[in-house]
Formats: sequence, structure tokens, C-alpha cells
Amino acid sequence: MNNGTYAIELQNLNCYYETFRAVKDVNLQVKRNRITAFIGPSGCGKSTVLRAINRMNDLIPGARVEGQVLFKGQNLYDPAVDPVEVRRRIGMVFQKPNPFPKSIYENVAWGARINGFKGNMDELVEQSLREAALWDEVKDKLHQSGLSLSGGQQQRLCIARAIAIRPEIILMDEPASALDPIATLKIEDLMRELVKNYTIIIVTHNMQQAARVSDYTAFFMMDRADRAGMLVEFNETGKIFTNPTDRRTEDYITGRFG
Amino acid sequence: MNRVSTFPQESQLRRLLARRKRIGWLWQVVFLLATILVVLSLIVLLYNIVVGAFGYVIVQDKVSPQEIVQTYTDTPEAALHTLSADQYRFILEQNLSKGLLRRLNSEAPLTERSREELYRLVVERVVKPRVVQSYSLVDSIFERDKIFAEAAALPHSRVEFRRWLNLDFLTGKQASVPELAGVRTALLGSLWVIAITVVVALPLGVAAAIYLEEYAAVVANPWLRRLNAVIQTNINNLAGVPSIIYGILGLAIFVRGLEAFTSGAAFGATADGATANGRTIMSAGLTLALLILPIIIINAQEAIRAVPQSLRQASMGLGATRWQTIWHHVLPSALPGILTGTILSVSRALGETAPLVVVGASTFITIDPDGPFSKFTTLTIQIYQWTARPQDEFRNIAAAAIIVLLVLLLTLNAAAILLRNRYSRRLV
Repeated sequence: MNNGTYAIELQNLNCYYETFRAVKDVNLQVKRNRITAFIGPSGCGKSTVLRAINRMNDLIPGARVEGQVLFKGQNLYDPAVDPVEVRRRIGMVFQKPNPFPKSIYENVAWGARINGFKGNMDELVEQSLREAALWDEVKDKLHQSGLSLSGGQQQRLCIARAIAIRPEIILMDEPASALDPIATLKIEDLMRELVKNYTIIIVTHNMQQAARVSDYTAFFMMDRADRAGMLVEFNETGKIFTNPTDRRTEDYITGRFG
Repeated sequence: MNRVSTFPQESQLRRLLARRKRIGWLWQVVFLLATILVVLSLIVLLYNIVVGAFGYVIVQDKVSPQEIVQTYTDTPEAALHTLSADQYRFILEQNLSKGLLRRLNSEAPLTERSREELYRLVVERVVKPRVVQSYSLVDSIFERDKIFAEAAALPHSRVEFRRWLNLDFLTGKQASVPELAGVRTALLGSLWVIAITVVVALPLGVAAAIYLEEYAAVVANPWLRRLNAVIQTNINNLAGVPSIIYGILGLAIFVRGLEAFTSGAAFGATADGATANGRTIMSAGLTLALLILPIIIINAQEAIRAVPQSLRQASMGLGATRWQTIWHHVLPSALPGILTGTILSVSRALGETAPLVVVGASTFITIDPDGPFSKFTTLTIQIYQWTARPQDEFRNIAAAAIIVLLVLLLTLNAAAILLRNRYSRRLV
């Protein structure tokens, strides 16, 4: 079964840390080749949902997921699915730039190499760096350490590293929150460029950023009663920001709380 | 309620500030004094060792060399050290008791010994130069005239400035007289033991640390988690167990229990009757490995824990397996820290005496260790033995041996630090 329009479907997703339910009953469909933004106040579970999509939550002891994450009709939490395989197809960019303490070249090439890439590595590295809009800045110093770059460059290096293994979806967990406004803008431009080839899901605290870059927006909030995060509203970004149907969404985006 | 008024007035504030600064200054002085005290005690330690290792001695021969040459050869003008092997053998046969000759012959027949060896024997057994009095470096400098006057009063004696730490001392074998004793056997023994310790403890310790930090830490099963916590607690406690306990453990397990293995019998390595028990370098090395294993594990765990979680996430997020993450990212980043821990624990192992006494280090041995299944002694054992002797001269060579041990420690540490710095530079 290959559902053409959706890259990811979340069905009754519940996330637990030990016995605490951090996220409850999320149902969401992420469209292919679109940018979907997750917004909401701190502790609302949006990062947890994001990490559930490529099974990064598995790495946290005591974390557990119930419900389904459908990727091409396949439930990623099926026992037959290997999380390593999932992460290879659904890449991730983190909040703080975290290049490997290796050369710029090696940062991009490493993921491809361990995943058995047999083609021309130089070409792949150049192409990935070009796609991440970093090539012109680093082409003369490919063998310097990735840590010698500025924060914004490091984050684009991380994006180049993620796309070098040709994932289908890229998850970004507040990718610009540690960067200055100019570097942020570059990352946002880059995302608009990348979405032509990839599906992007981004978690952000910055509502203007969500409004600027995303096609769809999901608003999450913590339920006061059981402190579990839940999906309040999910719609096209324009609708969410101009004409939200839920009162809580409106309160949040107009700055009345959060 | 006026919150501001609860703060002191300006004049009072200044007084308070002066007091706070005074208290700070007082503590600074305390810290400085502590540092000075530490440095002073180090200086005293070094002073003691150096003063003991160098100084004047009065040497008295039992029989003067010239007298021997005149009595036993037909070339009365020759110097003792120029004679031939046969002449030395003749002198030995004329002067030593039958029992002693038999013993020497059974160690290695006199006819097969080299000329130098025979000369050494003649000096040691016939000339018998004895240090009748030794002086510390300080006495040697300030009471020089008195020392020379004392020497002049004794027949066939002379004053020598003795550097107890010299090349002969480094390359000489153990001997019953301090002037002829050397640390070669002990030095080689120490190096062999420490080599086995590192070879065993480092991979085992790092492997255990990787398991505890990277695998055990993420298991979900609560029973397994509890088991891991118990293991962790026990490792931490083991690091504090007195070393002599490890000696007893080593005696029971390696020397007695695994005798076939530690004596080398299982490999057909054992040759003579003397080594046909478990009191070998192998036993000592394994015992010390047990001793430093908890320290290596704890240090390696710290180093692995210090590797940022973001690095692991970056790697796993690219579809790397846990093993690839560990091998390519965690271990290289943790290596400098692991090496630091290893340096510390190797230094500790090198300085251990008690467990080796229990495991059965030889106290008097003149044969170089030639493999993991030899009998052995170490520098620390040697120092311990020498300091326990009543004669002053043994204390001099003990001081010299301490210098050898310290230099060995510093060399090993420096090598490891260089290695570490080189590695961590390559990472960033």
C-alpha cells in the first residue's frame, strides 16, 4: 500500500516515560514534500512526537510508544521493523548543532559510508554540501574540523550530513533556536529549497518561523488534567495563524498565554 | 513593608564589604598554606632520597688485591682486574670453602663462566671490599675532613664518593653485599609485571565500562536495571578494597588454583624445578590487573559518560548501529580520559608491594626474568627488603632504587600524557 499524498501518518500515538504519559492520542497526517511545523508551549510534547517518528525515543531508557506511526503504509513500531533502518530513512537535525569532531568532508561522508554507499564519495559530499547551501563557504577547507565552523554553518553541515544518506523525511528539532537571526534566515531559506525533494517536519518555539516557512502547522498543548501533551489543532499554516478554529490556538498565537 | 530599608545603610555596607573581603583573604591564605605544605613535604621526600643516594663511603678490603696477586700468581706487579679466567678460577678454588664452591658450581659451573663473572666473584668473595661507613650527601659536604681522617685510621681502606645510583647499579644483579647489588632483576621484573597488568586490565576494564555505560544503562527491564545497579555498586566498592586483600585473592586463585596455567606448565613452558609453581610474573601481573581493574573501569566510565549525548544522537540519527556509534564516536572521544585513568592506575600498580609479597615475589633472585612464567622480584619488593636490613649501606641502595622507581613512573606517565595529548589534538 503506497499512499501517495502522506509521508507519515500518526494514529492514536501515545508516548510514555516510565509510567508517565507525555503525549496522548495524537492523530496527524503529514503531507509529502511539504513543511509541517509543530508549535506549542514548553512541555507540550511536540519534541516527543517528533522523536517518535524516527524512533529516537527508543534511545531513552524507559520511553515507550503506543499507537501507530505509518510510513508508506508500514507501522514503524511493528516488531519486524528495525529502528536503525527507520533512522536511515527518516533523518534528523537537532536543536544544538552537533557535528562530529571530524573533518567537514568526513562529517558528510560518514553516514553514507556506514550505510554502504558505494558510489563516488567526493561527488556525494559536494552535492550534499551544495544542497545544504554550504559548499561555497567550505569547498576550500573540506579537511578542517567541522567544529571550526560558525554555529549557523555547523547547523547547515548537520543538514548536509542528514541529506547525504538520502532520507525521505527530515525531522528538525528547533534547528535555529541556537542561531542568530541571519543564520536562522539562511536555514529557513534552505528549508524552502529542500522541501522540493524532501518532506520536512520542524519543531519550533518561534511562531513567526512557523508562519514563514511551514505549509501546515500542528498546535500542541498540555492537558491541565493529566499533564499529557495533546494535539489541539492541525491545519494549513495560513488558517492556523489567521483563522484558528480552537480558542486555545488563538490565545497562544496571539500571545495571550504561553 | 519597605524592602529596601532592610538592607544596611551605606556606611555599614562598606564595613560589611571590608569584612567579607577579609574573610575571603583569610581563606586564600589557608589555601596557599596548604599548597606550601604539600610542596614542602614533596621537597623533604626528594631531599631524603637524594641525600641517601649520594655521598662519601669508607671502603675497606678484607684482603688487599695486590696481596692476592702476589700470593697466587707469578706476576706480582699485575693488577687484579687484568688476570685471566684460569687465574681467577685458581684464586677462587684456593680461597673459598668446599661448600660454597659446590653451590657456585651447581648454579653454573665455574669452568663455563665468563672472565668478567669470575672477576666479580673474586672481588665479591675474596677481596671482599666492605663499606665500613657511609655518609649522607650533607655529611659528605660539611664534614669532609673528619671522614678522611677516619679513613686514614683504618688499614687498606679508602674514601670514595659513591653515587649509589649508577650504571652498575642499574645493570647489576642482586647481591648479598650492598656495594655489588643492582636493580636489574627487579627493574625487569617490574616491567614484565606491569606489562601483563596493562595488557590484561586495559581491554577488560574498557570493555566492562562500555557495557555498563552504553548497554546496561539503556536496558528497560527493571530487574536487569537493578542487577546492573548492584554490579555498579560492587565495582565502586572494589576500588576501595585494601591491596593486600587482592594479594590473598591472587594467592588463592592464580598461584594455587590456576597453578598449571600461571606456572606455564600447561604450555610446556616450565623448565627447571625452581619455577614449577605459580609464583610467577603471570600471577603477579594478573593479581595487579585485578587490583586496578575497578579503577580503570570507573575512570573509563567517567570518560565515556563525558562524551556528549548529542554525539551519540547524531550518529544514531544517521542510521548507525549502537556498535558503530561506540566505535567511531564514543571511544575516540573518550580515549584521552580512558588513558588518563590508565596512567593513574598503572602508577598505582607499579608502586604496589603488599599484594606481591603475598603472591610470592622472590626476595633474593639473580636470574633475569625471561618471560611471564619466571620467578620475579620487583623494585618495590627490593626497596622494601633493603630498607628492612640493619646495615646503613642497604638504606643507600634503597634510596637509589627509589629514584629508579620514581624515574620509571615519571617516564611511563610522560609517555602516556604525550600519547593522550597527541590523540586529543587530532580529535578537535
